[in-house]
Amino acid sequence: MYSQGLIGADSRTEETDEFLAAFQARIDAEEKIEPTDAMPEGYRRTLIRQIGQHAHSEIVGMLPEGNWITRAPSLKRKLALLAKVQDEGGHGLYLYSAAETLGVTREQMTEELHSGKAKYSSIFNYPALSWADMGAIGWLVDGAAIMNQVALCRCSYGPYARAMIRVCAEESFHQRQGYEIMLTLCSGTKEQKEMAQDALNRFWWPALMMFGPHDGDSAHSEQSMKWKIKRFSNDALREKFINATVPQAEFLGLTVPDPDLKWNEEKGSYEHGDIDWDEFWRVVKGDGVMNRERVQMRKDAWENGAWVREAALAHAQKRTAKVAAE
Amino acid sequence: MALYRALIELADDHLVLGHRLSEWCGHAPMLEEDLALSNFALDLIGTARSLYAYAAEVEGKGRSEDDLAYLRNEREYLNCLLVERPNGDFAHTMLREFYFAAFMEPFWQAALSSADPVIAGIAGKAVKEMAYHLRHAGEWIVRLGDGTEESAARMQAAVVDLHPYWEELFSGGDCDALPDRAAIQPAWEASVKVVFAEANLDWPEPVYGQNGGRDGMHSEVLGRMLSDMQYLQRALPGATW
Repeated sequence: MYSQGLIGADSRTEETDEFLAAFQARIDAEEKIEPTDAMPEGYRRTLIRQIGQHAHSEIVGMLPEGNWITRAPSLKRKLALLAKVQDEGGHGLYLYSAAETLGVTREQMTEELHSGKAKYSSIFNYPALSWADMGAIGWLVDGAAIMNQVALCRCSYGPYARAMIRVCAEESFHQRQGYEIMLTLCSGTKEQKEMAQDALNRFWWPALMMFGPHDGDSAHSEQSMKWKIKRFSNDALREKFINATVPQAEFLGLTVPDPDLKWNEEKGSYEHGDIDWDEFWRVVKGDGVMNRERVQMRKDAWENGAWVREAALAHAQKRTAKVAAE
Repeated sequence: MALYRALIELADDHLVLGHRLSEWCGHAPMLEEDLALSNFALDLIGTARSLYAYAAEVEGKGRSEDDLAYLRNEREYLNCLLVERPNGDFAHTMLREFYFAAFMEPFWQAALSSADPVIAGIAGKAVKEMAYHLRHAGEWIVRLGDGTEESAARMQAAVVDLHPYWEELFSGGDCDALPDRAAIQPAWEASVKVVFAEANLDWPEPVYGQNGGRDGMHSEVLGRMLSDMQYLQRALPGATW
C-alpha cells in the first residue's frame, strides 16, 4: 500500500547545468538509472524519501489489518488475511532494500519513522473497526495503491521500478480478495451488509486522499514528473480510481458517501464532491485517531526486539571468531 | 471414534499454536521474523484445516472445519497446554515452537507410512514444514542461548517456564492410523539435547508436569484466546463469511 502524496520532499540540486542536462537526457531517453550511476543529489534525496515513505507505509499498514487476524471469522479468511499482511511485510523488505541502494540504511529509515521525521500513508491512521474493514481496505486502499504503483513500475529508478512489478502482482490479488470479502458480506445478512456500508462510508474519503493534494497544491510534483519518478498527476490517478471503483460499489449495492458524485458525459468521467483537505493535513501532521498508537506499536516492536537483534549479532561474531581460531 | 478424537487433538494443537504465532504479526523483533512467524502460523493453521476437515468426515455429522474450530468451547478443545501458553518474549515463543516441531517432525515422519491415505497425505506436506520449523526455531535457540548475557538469561528463563508443559506432547492420540506418541520421545529428546548443548542451556530439575489439555482441562488463557477467535461466528450465528 502506498500514498502518492509525497510529503515534504526536497528536490533542490546544486549540480552544474551540464550535468543536470546530461542526466535529464538519459531520463528523456527512458534509460533506467541504476545505483552506481551518477545522479543529482535532489533525485537521490527525493527517491530515498519516497521509497522510505512507501516502505514505512507497508510496515505500518500491517497494523490495521493485523488487528483482525486473531478475529477472522473462518479458517480460510484467517489464512488469507495473514498471508496478505505477510505480503505487506515482504513489500516493506523489498522497498527498504531498494532504498538501501541509494546509500541509506534500514536502521536510519526506521529511526526516522519512529521520531516522526519520516511519514507514511495517512490512511493507516484510521482505525479498522469491523471485519468489513478488511474488505474495504483491500478493495479501496489496495485499489488506490495499485493505481499509483502500476505507474511506478515505469519509474526511472531501476531498483524501485523492478520491486514494483512483484508488488503490483500481489496488490492486485489483495484488491480482489478485499472485494470478494465485500461481495460475501453484501450477499449475506442485513447486519453484514450494514457492516459493509459502514466500512465504505469510513474509508471512501481517506482512500481519495491517498492520491495526495490537488495538482495545483502539490509542491514537488513537477520536478518528480520531469525526472519520471512520478508518471501521472495526483488528480489524474484519483479520477482513474473513482471511475473504476464507483461501478464496483454499485455492483455491491452500496452507496458511495458523496452526494455530489455525478457522471460527466462530456468528460466520460465522474466528478466528485470536495475533499476535506483540513482533515488530510490534520492526519498527516499527527492528529488522526490512530497516529500515536501506530507509531508507538512500531517503536515497541523495535525496542522490545533490541535484545534479540543484539544476541544475533553477538552470536554471529562468536561464530566468526571461532572459525578464525580453528 | 478413537480416530476422530485423535484428529481433533492434533488439529487443536495446530490451530491454537498457529493462532498464537499469528499474534506476532507486525510486532516481531525484525521484519524477517515477521515474515517467518507468519509462515509458521500459515503452515500450522493450514494443517489444522486439513485435520478438521478429515475429522468432520470421520465424525459424519455434517459439521464443517469452521464448525469444529469456531463453535466448540474451551472444555471441548483438546490441545496440549504447551501450545496455548502465551507468546511471552521471543525466547519463549521460539522454545515453544522448537518443542512442538521436535515432536511433530518425527511424528509426521512416522505417519508417512500410515495405512490411512488421508493421514499419509497430510503427513507428506506437514513433515517438510516441520523440518523447517525445527531448524529455524533451533537456530534461534542457539543464537539466543549463546548470544549476549541478557539473551542467555532470557532463554534459560523460557526453559524453566515451559518445563512443566513438554511432557504432555507424548500423551493422547491412541489409534491405529496415527503413530504412537510415546514412541516419539527418544527422537524428541535427541533434538533437544543437541540444541541445548550448542546453546549452553541447562536442562532443569524435574517438576510436576501439567497435563489435562487432552481432557479439555486448560489454563485460563485458552478461553480468552477463543473469545477473540470465535467472536464473529458467535455474534452473528449462521452467517456466511
